[in-house]
Amino acid sequence: MNRIEKLFASQPSGNLNVYFTAGFPGVGDTRRILSVLQESGADLVEIGMPYSDPVADGETIQLSNQQALENGMTVRLLLEQLEGMREDGITLPVLLMGYINPVIQFGIERFCEKCAEVGVDGLILPDMPMDVYLNEYKAIFEKYGLLNIFLVTPQTSEARIRQIDQVSSGFIYTVSSASVTGSQSGVSDNMEAYFERIDAMNLRNPRLIGFGIKDNVTFEKACRYAQGAIIGSAFIRVLQESQDLGTDIPDFIHSVKANNHAGIDV
Amino acid sequence: MEVLEENISFQVDENGYYGQFGGAFVPEMLHPNVEELRTRYLDIMADPGFQAEFNGLLRHYVGRPTPLYLAKRLSEKFGTTIYLKREDLCHTGAHKVNNTIGQILLAQRLGKKRIVAETGAGQHGVATATVCALMGVECIVYMGELDIERQAPNVARMKMLGAEVRPATCGSKTLKDATNEAMRHWINNPADTHYIIGSVVGPHPYPDMVTRFQSVISAEMKTQLKEQTGNSNPDFVVACVGGGSNAAGAFYHYLDEPSVQLIAVEAAGQGVDSGHSAATTALGKPGVLHGSRTILMQTEDGQVVEPYSLSAGLDYPGIGPVHAHLFQTGRARFLSATDDEALKASFELARIEGIIPALETSHALAILDRIGAGKDDVVVAGYLYEVSLIGCQLSVIRFFNSLIQN
Repeated sequence: MNRIEKLFASQPSGNLNVYFTAGFPGVGDTRRILSVLQESGADLVEIGMPYSDPVADGETIQLSNQQALENGMTVRLLLEQLEGMREDGITLPVLLMGYINPVIQFGIERFCEKCAEVGVDGLILPDMPMDVYLNEYKAIFEKYGLLNIFLVTPQTSEARIRQIDQVSSGFIYTVSSASVTGSQSGVSDNMEAYFERIDAMNLRNPRLIGFGIKDNVTFEKACRYAQGAIIGSAFIRVLQESQDLGTDIPDFIHSVKANNHAGIDV
Repeated sequence: MEVLEENISFQVDENGYYGQFGGAFVPEMLHPNVEELRTRYLDIMADPGFQAEFNGLLRHYVGRPTPLYLAKRLSEKFGTTIYLKREDLCHTGAHKVNNTIGQILLAQRLGKKRIVAETGAGQHGVATATVCALMGVECIVYMGELDIERQAPNVARMKMLGAEVRPATCGSKTLKDATNEAMRHWINNPADTHYIIGSVVGPHPYPDMVTRFQSVISAEMKTQLKEQTGNSNPDFVVACVGGGSNAAGAFYHYLDEPSVQLIAVEAAGQGVDSGHSAATTALGKPGVLHGSRTILMQTEDGQVVEPYSLSAGLDYPGIGPVHAHLFQTGRARFLSATDDEALKASFELARIEGIIPALETSHALAILDRIGAGKDDVVVAGYLYEVSLIGCQLSVIRFFNSLIQN
């Protein structure tokens, strides 16, 4: 069983997935941030592979991508940095998130092979179309034990959500609103109606809610309707402003997970 | 040129691909919008009411058909017969308006209340602001911060037409970043907004839809050539390619006429190998850009490279997927012209035909001596922009002034 599946089997609620951009704020910070996140109580992590043209991302993540590229981060370097992470005690599920062009240029099969070698569990490639995944990549992902995570949004039709649920494994990334990442809207009543609608569909996959999750209040709200939530831009802002990652990361994660019912089936 | 395989289709297939290029590589947030367009564009465009309104506006508002002009002295100079398709005489000064008229009518039928667009040089932004004013629809145009400085006259025109011009301040602050911002705007406003893409790029069905709206160019060329020469097919069709909307329109009705040689001309900038170029097929590799699989200029790591050309209408790091397919199959020949060659060609045309071409068009004119056209051949060059509206970068103006002074 994949680490992502194991996590949801043993801990079906209150999971915190934290996104950070590889090579940001410093090119060599990737592994340190990963370790500190694990020690601080993150349940899974999503490492962003920086891209020059991230169309689904708002300003905060765009700027972190730009900075990481200026720092010299590449797909190749990230995979090198992740070598040995499992031997060094990283036990939480690790996903790589990014736009598809750099992965295509690295070579899909070679990329998946390296991911499996270093211990990556899943991939989120938001601009990979479902038909391309099913026809060209699915067999390769499966050969290397990588779970592919699809997104759904408030505009996704019920029929398509069912289809995504059928071809997904791991979890479904539930985008909270019609927006790019980093929207400041929080969690509105409209969103709650949408979360309830999805929750009532009894999908086979767990769901994590992302976009607009930034603190304890929004995290707790999201956890009421799903198996957990994803924080991205708010964490990037912490990294951006941090003078000491070793204290600022745990402070932030603890503040988000305060009152958390992790492990308790609510 | 490669030998053509038999029975290659140059039309988009039912999955949105031209050979291996095309598709809809968009995040889920854009999927419903793109899907709505995909399932409805052909029916809407085939509707007789739509056709009547579209053709009526092209005739009475845009001023079509545009002339096909036999350039006698230019023909003498090159020892062949050269016609210029005068798209610069369209309302707003470029072929871009053919597409924006079509898309605004389509947006109305989709019940959209607002238009968003990207623009590089400002030509597509002006054409979009124009049709939005015509129809009384709100219009937001994203433009790279650098381009806003370089193309001030077009920014003023868009504002005069009532559009809101928003700067793209991330990345390289040019056309590709304006395109990213327009896509983000569409993600944030999926229900009430239509995105009018200005070229044959983007996710399916945009490349096909824009090509169909621009295909009026070659439809007219066929009729006009028949009238003037007795044969609706020329030997060569030459057009410049940035994203490639004018070339797609000029080639469209000749794609399945193998006797017609199609020549696409890219901007080599300071030279293909100078590090300052926009010659995508010479420098690029297959990959994904702005929602479609195509050929794009990129680093080894797959990061999009900022292209360079003196002409602001050609400095795009990719080409439309239809052109990637025409390149790969050998159906079209891809050549390139440098900044200097294009400038020289623009002066030549001005002096012998009394027509000042835009820098974009000048790239197509610059290679006329390289295509192998003989005295019995007929060449049609797409003449696309009015010069006063484009190519008004300060560097160009300085170059012109220095030439005139000498």
